[in-house]
Amino acid sequence: MSYTDRLSNKDLVQMYRWLVLIRAFEDRVGELWREGSLQESPHGSQGQEAIAVGACYGLRPEDQVLPSLRTRGAFLVKGVPVRVQMAGMYAKATGAARGKATAHHMGDPLRGVLLGSAIVGASITVAVGAALAFKLQRKDHVVVDFFGDGAAQRGDFHEGLNFAGIFRLPVIFILENNGFAEMTPVSKHFAGPDFACRAQGYGFPGVRLDGNDIFAVYEAVQAAVARARAGEGPTLLECVTYRLRGHSESHPPTELREQAEIDQWRAKDPIPRMRAHLLGRGILRDDLLRGIEAEANQEVEDAMKFAADSPSPDPGEIHRDVYAPEPPDLVVGRQA
Amino acid sequence: MSEITYREAIREALREEMRRDERVFILGEDVADAGGVFKVTLGLLAEFGPARVIDTPLSESAIVGAAVGASLMGMRPVAEIMFADFTTVAMDGLVNHAAKVHYLYGGELSAPLVVRMAYGAGPKWGAQHTQSVESWLANVPGLTIVMPSTPADAKGLLKAAIRTPNPVVFLEHKQLYGKKGEVPEGEYIVPIGRAEVKRSGDDVTIVASGMMVDRALDAAAGLAQEGPSTEVIDLRSVQPLDTETILASVEKTGRLVIVHEAPVHGGFGGEIAAVVANQALGFLDAPIQRVGGPWAPIPFGPVLTDAYVPKAADIVQAVRSTLGATVA
Repeated sequence: MSYTDRLSNKDLVQMYRWLVLIRAFEDRVGELWREGSLQESPHGSQGQEAIAVGACYGLRPEDQVLPSLRTRGAFLVKGVPVRVQMAGMYAKATGAARGKATAHHMGDPLRGVLLGSAIVGASITVAVGAALAFKLQRKDHVVVDFFGDGAAQRGDFHEGLNFAGIFRLPVIFILENNGFAEMTPVSKHFAGPDFACRAQGYGFPGVRLDGNDIFAVYEAVQAAVARARAGEGPTLLECVTYRLRGHSESHPPTELREQAEIDQWRAKDPIPRMRAHLLGRGILRDDLLRGIEAEANQEVEDAMKFAADSPSPDPGEIHRDVYAPEPPDLVVGRQA
Repeated sequence: MSEITYREAIREALREEMRRDERVFILGEDVADAGGVFKVTLGLLAEFGPARVIDTPLSESAIVGAAVGASLMGMRPVAEIMFADFTTVAMDGLVNHAAKVHYLYGGELSAPLVVRMAYGAGPKWGAQHTQSVESWLANVPGLTIVMPSTPADAKGLLKAAIRTPNPVVFLEHKQLYGKKGEVPEGEYIVPIGRAEVKRSGDDVTIVASGMMVDRALDAAAGLAQEGPSTEVIDLRSVQPLDTETILASVEKTGRLVIVHEAPVHGGFGGEIAAVVANQALGFLDAPIQRVGGPWAPIPFGPVLTDAYVPKAADIVQAVRSTLGATVA
């Protein structure tokens, strides 16, 4: 029996709810950016949502995820409230770190989201370190680390995966191959046959799969998680997908690519795909679908209102939390 | 109290902290079986085992990144970067992650880690194994930068560094590893951020760090025979910077010489000079003098290295120059 077979109807509907919520959020923040309401430019994951949901669904609260620049769904599925993400994009005091961290790279210790980095790929080694801690602490939690095909060309990909392989660390590397590093297509930044085969060089399995098939992602991640919890080490999962929007909402989707290509991938959109599956199995009906969409839109609207009504950070916030509080027998004399 | 080397003092701090706190572990290149290229961690593998003294691949970026990740999950990593020059390839983890973790988590988490690194000039290593990197890192809020000059400070400051909840760069001068000194046994903490007046004097203040402290003391001893009474301050850390001790001394002496091994231009001495000029200008009887490396990479070999690194004679000359000068 596969992991997917063990999902209840309730699970399946919940996974679908997440997909719809992520899409509703990202479509809305795109509009908000274009109308000038946001401070943070959205780097949308439209078309890639199945990866975040398939990978994060069913993780423990203690399991850590480290989202990429474009894994919005990982925050939401791990429990970060929509309104905290939204407030972050408005640069409001109710966002992460009281408005000091971007929504794209924020961390949330309570919900198991590791702080990311705007240096894409750099946080691969941080994810590896968190997994090292779990191993040293003899805990069977795992780290799920997301990054794109662009980040996979950073030296940190090599250093991090090699390190994880040597110490058989409980980390699952999710490579979101969406075809582009900003505007540069994979064909221009990569000469290899695929990314998954790189794992062989680090001594652990690598699998290339359809990242727009939520069940394929869930199945592969659950198998990798089980392997990691059992102390058998890391797995690299190359999830092939496509970025339907531009690099960010500051870039048109058709920058350096053809509309026809975008349309081809639109036909493989993971959300209608899961919807058709659930309708086909009689798990969802049209009225339920409409309810799910209405709920998602309402949650996003509520978050938007919350963010818009929230105060901006106090300028004094600049000086808070540069250093954690230190006993004076250890450190004295920090300057203001 | 026992007389041990700077190297042994660092090892003693590591051993005591690892015994005290099971979250403390060591990672770095050749730190376990080989005991490190400078043999600082020799013997720790035998006592603590391979889970707590970890040989890593030649991956400085992963060493620092892994230390950050482990620290966020409750560990207290002490990473070793073999030569401080290799910071360049580990800088991202230090600057963009470790230093900003507490800030960007809004105070909810911090990165309690130490990155030890051997810095400083010596004749056998050449341009990429000898740099003093403190000013590269001193402009990064969130970091703490410690530079012990004695075995006792090496032990006491390292124990403080391991216990503080913030990331610390611990710069060990490679020419000091064999230096001997009295070191208190057992629990001994030197708070980070407090400079030490190593020698009291009335006419000139010398502020020095790392190996330059001994050279400043040599210079002061030589000068004392001629008459001038020189105060020598060991900075101990550049972040935090103990401006209070420096200002109190300059207000007393009216003259300041700043010494470090890094190039004078853009070096940390400029910051000290600016603080003094800003807060104690009225007390200065002469222009501030700076002594440091020239504007050139550190060359290989004994003749060129010796010519490069500031010596006691250079410090004496700077002191004489400031004594001979007055503010117009």
